[in-house]
Amino acid sequence: MKKLVMIGNGMAGVRTIEEILKLAPEQFEITIFGQEPYPNYNRIKLSNILQGDTNFEEIIINPLDWYKENNIQLFSGEAVVNIDVEAKRVMSSKGREVEYDELIIATGSNSFILPIPGADKMGVTGFRDIHDCEVMIKDAKNYKKVVVIGGGLLGLEAARGLLNLGMKVDVVHLMPHLMERQLDPIASSMLKAELEAQGMNFLMEKETAEILGNERVTGLRFKDGSEIEADMVVMAVGIKANTEVAKNSTIDVNRGIVVNDYMETSVPHVYAVGECAEHRGTVYGLVAPLYEQGKVLANRICGLSAEAYGGSITGTQLKVAGVDLYSAGEITDDDQTKSIMIYNDFEGIYKRVLTKNNVIVGIVLYGDTTDSTRLFRMLTKKEDISGVSIFHTNTNDAAADDIAEMPNDELICGCNGVTKGAIVEAIKTQGLTTLDQVSHCTNAGRSCGRCKPMVSSILAHTLGDQFDAAAAQKTSICGCTTISREELVEEIKTKGLSSVKEVMNVLEWNNEEGCTKCRPAINYYLGMVHMDEYKDDRDSRLVNEKMHANIQKDGTYSVVPRMYGGVTTAADLKKIAEVAEKYNVPLVKLTGGQRIGLFGVKKEDLPSMWEDLDMPSGYAYGKTLRTVKTCVGAQFCRYGTQDSMALGIELEKKFERLDTPHKVKMGVSACPRNCSEAGIKDIGFVGIDGGWEIYVAGNGGVDLRPGDLLCTVKTEEEVMEMTGAYLQYYRETANYLERTSKWVERMGLDHVREVLADEETRKALNERMDKTLNRYIEPWNEAIKKEDIQDKYYTKQTIKVGE
Amino acid sequence: MVKTVTRIPVANYSKLQAQTGYSIKIDQTEIALFKVTSGEVFALENRSPHPKGGVLSEGLVSGKYVYCPVYDWKISLENGMVQAPDEGQVQTFTVEKEGDIIFLII
Repeated sequence: MKKLVMIGNGMAGVRTIEEILKLAPEQFEITIFGQEPYPNYNRIKLSNILQGDTNFEEIIINPLDWYKENNIQLFSGEAVVNIDVEAKRVMSSKGREVEYDELIIATGSNSFILPIPGADKMGVTGFRDIHDCEVMIKDAKNYKKVVVIGGGLLGLEAARGLLNLGMKVDVVHLMPHLMERQLDPIASSMLKAELEAQGMNFLMEKETAEILGNERVTGLRFKDGSEIEADMVVMAVGIKANTEVAKNSTIDVNRGIVVNDYMETSVPHVYAVGECAEHRGTVYGLVAPLYEQGKVLANRICGLSAEAYGGSITGTQLKVAGVDLYSAGEITDDDQTKSIMIYNDFEGIYKRVLTKNNVIVGIVLYGDTTDSTRLFRMLTKKEDISGVSIFHTNTNDAAADDIAEMPNDELICGCNGVTKGAIVEAIKTQGLTTLDQVSHCTNAGRSCGRCKPMVSSILAHTLGDQFDAAAAQKTSICGCTTISREELVEEIKTKGLSSVKEVMNVLEWNNEEGCTKCRPAINYYLGMVHMDEYKDDRDSRLVNEKMHANIQKDGTYSVVPRMYGGVTTAADLKKIAEVAEKYNVPLVKLTGGQRIGLFGVKKEDLPSMWEDLDMPSGYAYGKTLRTVKTCVGAQFCRYGTQDSMALGIELEKKFERLDTPHKVKMGVSACPRNCSEAGIKDIGFVGIDGGWEIYVAGNGGVDLRPGDLLCTVKTEEEVMEMTGAYLQYYRETANYLERTSKWVERMGLDHVREVLADEETRKALNERMDKTLNRYIEPWNEAIKKEDIQDKYYTKQTIKVGE
Repeated sequence: MVKTVTRIPVANYSKLQAQTGYSIKIDQTEIALFKVTSGEVFALENRSPHPKGGVLSEGLVSGKYVYCPVYDWKISLENGMVQAPDEGQVQTFTVEKEGDIIFLII
């Protein structure tokens, strides 16, 4: 196995490792060095820790178990001090030497500590990691007066946290305006006034010359000779790529470690990713571009052809001390820019769009960021804005037109992250008629209330136009979020989200670990999008799928082995009979799907029973293909025109174990007498002279519905091809837990027919289907072989007191 | 009245995985032991208060709640209270951790 070493254990680096594990799980022996004595955590949430909103455990992204599970050797609290690029070896601060075949440098960045006298005194800290937070929280108990140097995002977040800790806070800023990289002078003066009202004091255009005090800081002296008292100083003037270790070897370093479009440094087999890397002159500090880099690097290291990294354009959505801000593109004027502005000092709203040659080049929004999605889209697409109204006023006529054109993902309520779609959906599914009801159900307008006029317009529009079919499809996944299935799938794709935990984290679920509705749904969508590279999250499945057996009301389980096409042998029947006797199975019954169920099995008996049976799981419990019911057909029946058993077996063998939005049942009959009841199956096949009829969307359960004829085909190959394409299209477009019958009614049979009529489309669908089918392994056999699975899921410990 | 308190070692903390339930039978009482993401361990009677019953140890764990696997009731691991709109309470047991050993107080 090749040896992969990574220096750094932060968000960008570990994300790259996750990508590599997905692409090539067995290819590397991985070692990670991390300077901090912790597993990988969400650095973005440090300000929440300082502000007392969360604790450290809750911001861990990869717990130590994750490293163990993936056989990653982690040396935490241990920095790498030297890279020998000739010998391909790294040496750590503890003198440990590790050889590598491939080396990733992901050392991130450090707080930039001003090189001024006194910067090393006690009470002077940066704001970059857990340790800094702990120091501040501890010091806040004993000291009262803090000076934050730096009026950028980081400094202001630290200052807000320190106010919460009960300190008196002065913020010193070198420039005349706060956050000058994201905000223009007007927006930053509004922010300053707001923060002053919250209790911060600002010293603008002050350059710190010296930190005063003996052992511990007592104050600051500025270049102009003035002084200020302080018993604590937080340096938040910026971050600096941590390139130390690269500099000491022969790797090219500029502001960051210089990389090409494949994240390769100037030295072969050495790569850099994240905040320590400089790509085409830019060092990125936001998480989205860093994750993009990680993906490119993972592909490169695994030797797969990858798209080059072309740099990222990003908009920054921020919330500073309760104020919503948005900034994107160029925000400074020159003689070619023309601005469009709204300045509402009374309500605390300021919006400015900078344009050049009829296209938007920059956006600054303060207090109300509801236009950000739309404006950013116009910026990136370079839309010509002549004759387009940039800001929407709330007069009724204009609003009605706007709403009709407004995409569903447009954010209406910036405070609570409620989209137009979520509001429309709530109105439709819950029959809402008043603004209050909408606010209550969606949270839109419940915080600052500025969006209420817009919500009101949406309500009027939605109730007046019942034929808005697109909006009607939208359903939010569960109470933990307001986003819809479409939005979730889109986010998984664009942000490259790869685990259930990450989805809930990045998309800001209001219930951190989700619920029984969203967890299985997210797990399904991730598996659908990422096809063969997704690692299933077993603990996000509900009991039956998690245990690979059906729970019964008394806590026992049922065992239903696969019996392809309902065809069995004397040998298999003997095995089933023996197992039923050996384990005292209380009930042996033929199921509705032409197979044998063993009911009332204790969970601790499951693995040994499966081992004795030595048959694959029948998945009688899953959102997957259950059974393919067949009639006897042409092999024995005098009416049969086709070999229904053979086709049924072939179908069941091909599609077994496939995750689907809901359960899928099939039936194959050899003639229109239809003994397998194929007319009420999700997909039913009826043999006719010279071919097969394919029926879809039948249902024999709660919503009794006869199937519709999808098409008639001539050969078994065509049956397989059409079925694969149909199932895959269902997998990609249905809501989780939507049966095919409901799905077809929602999509329209004609639409489905039209999609599947195209040969190229069918081919692409089948390719994705085949890729997905690759990832499945037989679960009973896996449980028999893996002790950790048995320990975790199938053990019941019995203790007798006194023994 | 004399009440007997028994302290029973039931598990090694380091072997428990987060977001997971374990079933332990002590004499005739079945107990569900849960470790949550924050690292805390909780113990409840392994039986849902739903009129038709059902076990809890195989339910989905979210934060400090477990969803009953049979009827989807949401139950607090801290105090055993069934969350609205459903009603009821599950018996909880005190958990003590000493070194790597988890003890139940019964």
